[in-house]
Amino acid sequence: MSKFTPIPAREPPASSVGVVGWVRTHLFSSWFNSVLTVLILWSLLQIVLPALQWLFLDASWGGANSDACKTDFISPEDGEHYRVDAPGACWTFTKVRFVQIMFGLYFAAHPSEVWRPVLMFALFGGLMAPLFMPAFRWKWQLGVFTLLVFPFIAFALVHGEWLGLPVAETNEWGGFMLTFFLAVGGIVLALPIGIVMALGRRSDLPIIRSLCVFYIELWRAAPLITILFMASNLLPLFFPSGVDFDKVVRALIAITMFQSAYTAEAIRGGLQAIPKGQGEAASALGMGYWKNTGFIILPQAMKISIPGIVNTFIELFKDTTLVGIIGLHDFLGSAQIAARSPDWKGYDFEAYVYVALIFFMCCFAMSKYSQHLERKLDTGHKER
Amino acid sequence: MKHSKTWQTLVLAGVLSFSVPAGAGTLEDVQERDELVCGIDGGLPGFSAPDNSGKMQGVDADVCYGIAAAVLGDRDKVKFVPLTAKERFTALSSGEVDVLSRNTTHTLTRDASLGLNFTYYNFIDGAGFMIRKAMGVSSAKGLGGARLCIQAGTTTEQAVGDFFRANNLQAFTPKPFDTSVQTREGYEAGACDILSSDKSQLAAIRSELANPGAHVILPETISKEPLGPVVRQGDDVWFNTVKWVLFATMNAEELGVTSSNISSHKNSSNPAIARLVGKEGGLCKLISGVLSDTCFYDVISQVGNFGESYEANVGENTPIGLKREGSVNDLWSRGGLIYAPPLR
Amino acid sequence: MIRGFVFCGESLYSPKMLEGDKTGQVVGRDIPLHRDPKIRAIAFQAAAVLFFVWALWTIGSNTVANMEERGIVLGLSWLDKLAPFQVGFSPFLDNVLGENIYWRIFFIGVQNTIYVSFFGIIAATLLGFVIGVMRLSPNWLVAKIASVYVEIFRNIPLLLWFFFWYFIVFLPALPGVRESISFVDAVFINKSGLYLPLPVAESSSAAAVFLLICLAAVVGVAYLVRWARKRQDWTGKQFPALSASLAILILVPVAGFYVSGSPYSLEYAKLGTFQLSGGINLTTEFFVVWFALTTYTAAFIGENVRGGILAVSHGQTEAARSLGLHHGQNIRLVIIPQAMRVIIPPTISQYLNLTKNSTLAIAIAYEEIASIWMGISLNTTGQALIIIAMTVGVFWTLSFLTSALLNWYNKRVQLTER
Repeated sequence: MSKFTPIPAREPPASSVGVVGWVRTHLFSSWFNSVLTVLILWSLLQIVLPALQWLFLDASWGGANSDACKTDFISPEDGEHYRVDAPGACWTFTKVRFVQIMFGLYFAAHPSEVWRPVLMFALFGGLMAPLFMPAFRWKWQLGVFTLLVFPFIAFALVHGEWLGLPVAETNEWGGFMLTFFLAVGGIVLALPIGIVMALGRRSDLPIIRSLCVFYIELWRAAPLITILFMASNLLPLFFPSGVDFDKVVRALIAITMFQSAYTAEAIRGGLQAIPKGQGEAASALGMGYWKNTGFIILPQAMKISIPGIVNTFIELFKDTTLVGIIGLHDFLGSAQIAARSPDWKGYDFEAYVYVALIFFMCCFAMSKYSQHLERKLDTGHKER
Repeated sequence: MKHSKTWQTLVLAGVLSFSVPAGAGTLEDVQERDELVCGIDGGLPGFSAPDNSGKMQGVDADVCYGIAAAVLGDRDKVKFVPLTAKERFTALSSGEVDVLSRNTTHTLTRDASLGLNFTYYNFIDGAGFMIRKAMGVSSAKGLGGARLCIQAGTTTEQAVGDFFRANNLQAFTPKPFDTSVQTREGYEAGACDILSSDKSQLAAIRSELANPGAHVILPETISKEPLGPVVRQGDDVWFNTVKWVLFATMNAEELGVTSSNISSHKNSSNPAIARLVGKEGGLCKLISGVLSDTCFYDVISQVGNFGESYEANVGENTPIGLKREGSVNDLWSRGGLIYAPPLR
Repeated sequence: MIRGFVFCGESLYSPKMLEGDKTGQVVGRDIPLHRDPKIRAIAFQAAAVLFFVWALWTIGSNTVANMEERGIVLGLSWLDKLAPFQVGFSPFLDNVLGENIYWRIFFIGVQNTIYVSFFGIIAATLLGFVIGVMRLSPNWLVAKIASVYVEIFRNIPLLLWFFFWYFIVFLPALPGVRESISFVDAVFINKSGLYLPLPVAESSSAAAVFLLICLAAVVGVAYLVRWARKRQDWTGKQFPALSASLAILILVPVAGFYVSGSPYSLEYAKLGTFQLSGGINLTTEFFVVWFALTTYTAAFIGENVRGGILAVSHGQTEAARSLGLHHGQNIRLVIIPQAMRVIIPPTISQYLNLTKNSTLAIAIAYEEIASIWMGISLNTTGQALIIIAMTVGVFWTLSFLTSALLNWYNKRVQLTER
């Protein structure tokens, strides 16, 4: 019996491998897809090219005032020279008003103090960078430091009183910095409340459970705007007369309440994903409720709920724009006001695009990071 | 130590344990704090808006500077708190600010139901309309059926409604915007045909439009909007202090006393001027024993009289460009409505 | 030595504490009161209730004291008073300009919130399905475009989208009133929005006949669909129910219109000095709020749809193929019904988000509850407590209804697992 030798496999046809193959299967697999591809390519050209031209090629980058964004124009009718708006974007505007849009009016009026918010953001960047390095071992400790200690350093730097620097009152804060403080402050203050509420909601004690459900649903059902209105109109009524709050502090309280409910739900998701066996095993070892929760359940649940918490943080970060409605000058509000100032009339499109780009970069990076975490933290222990 | 207080309050809020503090008078509070907290608009050129160096300027801001000069002897001991139209009364009644000087109209409802006292007027205004020239409307009577951009939460909207009904005009369609910036942006983008606001503001808004020449302010003044500083009810000493700081600036103008010449009047033999500068009468001490005898002198020397403040902030030579002569904001002796009770 | 007990959890059988004694034997002994789980449970809850009541009482007494001090009278009589401002947009409720009491302002606000949310939910669902299916398209370009859409809309704040669409795109792009785009002089588009002809009943009895005929058509279609399904179940024969229903729903009302003697005439919008009057007006503000909410929420719904379709195991498709179902039948009868189980719950909470997000309309002059009630009415009356409580109450009710709907749905579709 002769040995069976299979004939060597044929090479795949040239049309199904390489660039050609990819294009055929992914872009022109049927006549319908081909038409679609051509249509989309054509309309992309119509949109993307002019957009790029406006954003980069024709844009004005230099100069110190709005004249840099204007161009000479000779009227064909009377032959006179006019200064008209140049066809591209006016990034001179965002450059000149950079400090106002980023750090608010106080630092715009005191250029010698701008190093404080800059240093604050640099510190923050320095603290965040190692979190993205796979080889870095102290991530957990660094995260706790960033959450618990950094906010005080940041406040001290920007406010200045604790360090003996000229004081920047919180009602003079603004711009991206204010958005940052409200969002980060909101999540830091909301985390402990959220953990307590999530544990309470999973408790066996009916009254505690219903109080926690009441708290969570109270804040989740109401739109953030109503909560901000509550903070600015009702909070002064709730406290004895004479107790006064800063506007920023009031907004922060509102954001914390709102955010704690969402954080609680994210953590509850994590708690639910822990298999029952974990708690039962701990009980069998004789651990009480607090030990069981503190050493067995919570560490695992927190790990699982980090992506969920990051997602609620992204939502919060975007939602802080609403503080403009109760009269704070956040990132969006500062850009709007800068674009309405007499010397920069009519550059509101640039302002919106600028703010949108920065929001997009921050939120996109965070959501990619959260997806990455989700994959990495998925150790297969989740109950499905 | 403003901030340690904020943090204390936060801690208090956390545990919800508080006690009601004993309330001293506002005047004593301000002196103890060595700072006046003044609620303003903060974004309204001519009334209160930061200049290039970040210093608050305007007729409303001058009221704050004047009170600080009278009470603390230094006009710069003021902390300005910018407030929206919606939150201003809560801010005042909760004690967040000592005085509200934010182009606030005096009306019966506000007087009677908000627990506030209106002192006197530092600007007498009235609502009007701005419209595109191209619409070809020259009188407010021709505005029936128009779309109206308006800032939500101002008395103007009510005034416009009254005007339309009184003149049997076809009802307008309101477009209520949240802030003045958005109102202006909405008007400019064409969300509405007319923009209504106090006339002083219309002038400022028009000067900020891309093409001011294409817009016209209609001649009618459709409402009375007397604007002035407001204090909380139930503190008569503070009420009198604020009121008489304002009256002193008006009296000073009547007497021809200005910030530049008041030092030469220090030993004036004119009894009225002598009382103003504090040489005679001890009027300041009558308001409260904690005020110095020269409280009005400090106001005029550091901030100026009523007319000076007007001309420097909203007068003809400013971007707002409101002519004072012959207007209601001129002194009564020149045909206006500014009439202060005598200092005696 | 192991000591302790289980505070919560079913593994607790008796309130005994286990402790090793000196001889190493485990003995049970009565546990002290402060370690008895039942007593601790009661104590904890009592403490929580006490804290809650005390906090409420403190806030309540402070509020009463503050309101007294500020001369604010807590009451409801102001709700029957005339509101001193006007509301421009009210599609259903009567809105006599300048003659509304506060109650009516409240209901107009609720109405406008629900109105824009309703249309937003419908459109966002449709667009979301398109986006979700596009993301799974075999055409790489189509899938990429859909994912770029999702990323762009999800990562930029909604308020910015409102400003962008309103101030930058639609208002400047739409023509002025006198340069309106018009279609056969019946439909107009300009800066004030879209104008449609309004059907006006000429004789109420004939109109009633016409409405009855329409109702009969709807009921007939419902019966037809039931009959067709039954027949298919019994005989396996399919009936073109969709096209037949559509035909009935279009043809019967048209015929009924003429049979009942044309009871409606159309009122067209007419040009006035400043704007068009008459007809149905969907304002630019309404349109922009609707558009912004739809495009934003569709990005989130699209992700739900994609996740739902991916959650259906490939074996289902293979099984459907082997049963001889073609591609369309597979999608319609096998994939989508199973995917819906995963898609619908998160999508319903997106509906709630959309409704809550409609309050952002306060920034661009659409007169919904946050704008005319929590904004303007609060300012004219100073009744912050009642007004905010009523506003929150509206959203509570909506949220309660939503979760009730969700629970009902979850119960209905729950898989009976083996």
